[in-house]
Amino acid sequence: MPVPRYKREIPQRYRLEASKCKSCGKVLFPPRLVCPKCGSREFEGVRLSDGGKIVTFTVIRVAPEQFADQTPYVVAVVELGDGVRITAQVVDCRPEEVEIGKPVRLVFRKIQEEGKTGILCYGYKCVLSSLG
Amino acid sequence: MRDVAIIGCGMTKFGELWDKSIRDIFVEASLKAIADAGVDHIDSMWVGNMTAGLFVGQEHIGALMADYLGVAPIPTVRVESACASGGMALRAGFIEVASGMSDIVLVGGVEKMWDGADVTYALSTASDQEYEVYHGVTFPGLYAMIARAHMHRYGTTREQLAQVAVKNHKNGALNPNAQFQREIKVEAVLNSTMVADPLTLLDCSPVTDGAAAAILCPLAAAKRYADVPVRILASAAATDSLALHQRGDITSLRAVKVSAENAFKQANLGPERIDLAEVHDCFTIAEICVIEELGFVEKGKGGEFTEKGYTALDGKIPINPSGGLKAKGHPVGATGVAQVVEVVEQLRGQAGKRQVKGAKVGLTQNMGGSGASSVVHILGVV
Repeated sequence: MPVPRYKREIPQRYRLEASKCKSCGKVLFPPRLVCPKCGSREFEGVRLSDGGKIVTFTVIRVAPEQFADQTPYVVAVVELGDGVRITAQVVDCRPEEVEIGKPVRLVFRKIQEEGKTGILCYGYKCVLSSLG
Repeated sequence: MRDVAIIGCGMTKFGELWDKSIRDIFVEASLKAIADAGVDHIDSMWVGNMTAGLFVGQEHIGALMADYLGVAPIPTVRVESACASGGMALRAGFIEVASGMSDIVLVGGVEKMWDGADVTYALSTASDQEYEVYHGVTFPGLYAMIARAHMHRYGTTREQLAQVAVKNHKNGALNPNAQFQREIKVEAVLNSTMVADPLTLLDCSPVTDGAAAAILCPLAAAKRYADVPVRILASAAATDSLALHQRGDITSLRAVKVSAENAFKQANLGPERIDLAEVHDCFTIAEICVIEELGFVEKGKGGEFTEKGYTALDGKIPINPSGGLKAKGHPVGATGVAQVVEVVEQLRGQAGKRQVKGAKVGLTQNMGGSGASSVVHILGVV
């Protein structure tokens, strides 16, 4: 991944920086220049809620090259407390433990690495809340 | 706006075309369409193609194809909307003829996926690179998440998903241009390799080489070229969030719903008037969601509708008589045009063993990504 592309997303991937529409209150992640709900262009910075629940999920068995050594792994759509939905892996559990509706929280993890000489890529993953 | 007709069409066989290049197959399909229409020239051309740049390292596809088809210096451009590129190219050609800008327009679609590129990566570029692909989700994974949500909310079963593949393989067995011309059983789908739970290998459309083309002209001039001109009754497109997680309802395909509603409004008819439809079954769950959004069946009942045989060749509303993306094959940028080729053959009564009897009005629905773009055309015999 080109370094500029990686660096630009760091505020979101490392610190969960989102924006909240000053007009309608919708929280946007990643931040945008135009609110898709009301069209407003004024926002304030907020930190994304790090707790949520699983909306749907799958277990990836056939993965892209940079994820091949992680299979099988769970990917889910998660709805966070502030209404924002994200796509993230669910880790530190067996795939059979994952269910729609189960509570999760976000944790900071390594996501992928670019071969032997490329950068290590970090970001958020989910763990089941029951695991503490 | 002028009324527009399709006066000729053609396609290559779909499959693993190791001996042919992307330009070979585009020219082959185009020459068939030109011969079918009997035109002696074309004024303009639109080329649907998702990503020749990634698949064969070739961009600038429009000019290349005009050159090799021997029609340069006519204007031509490549149209891209991921897997909906072909349908969007048809829409561009339709608008050009309807506007009066050009009279004879060729719309083609082409994709060469078996030349050794990383297909999974190339296709994944149709979803959100930074917020979906970055986390390891694949295209089958996105549709698998739609499938699981649909099963959870509506009680759709694993077997009902498999029935889509079984039905489309049955139709594909009757199509000499199909990549897979053989029937499969429900057990084969259930027991094939798990790709992304709950979808198995046989829930997924294949990797395919292929091209398709159609010739458009004003309806008023169509009788000069075709015994049975096929009128384009509607052309409508719509969009949605690229990322699946940003949509309000994971089981709904809003772009499909809006494009269909606008198409029915343009054609001044409803889903009950459609005799057959070619829809975007890139995965079995996609066909179930799409027939719901098109209004052929109530939301949530698509699985049951399929299981009862209502979408079979002899059912209430035959869906994907060609074999669909699942069995005919899915050369992504060509698919939208190939759907139109099938409907034109059906409306002309030339579909052989898979002919839907008495077909007068047909619909095509072509989708990009996990549903972020959709284009619907309604075709009818004059």
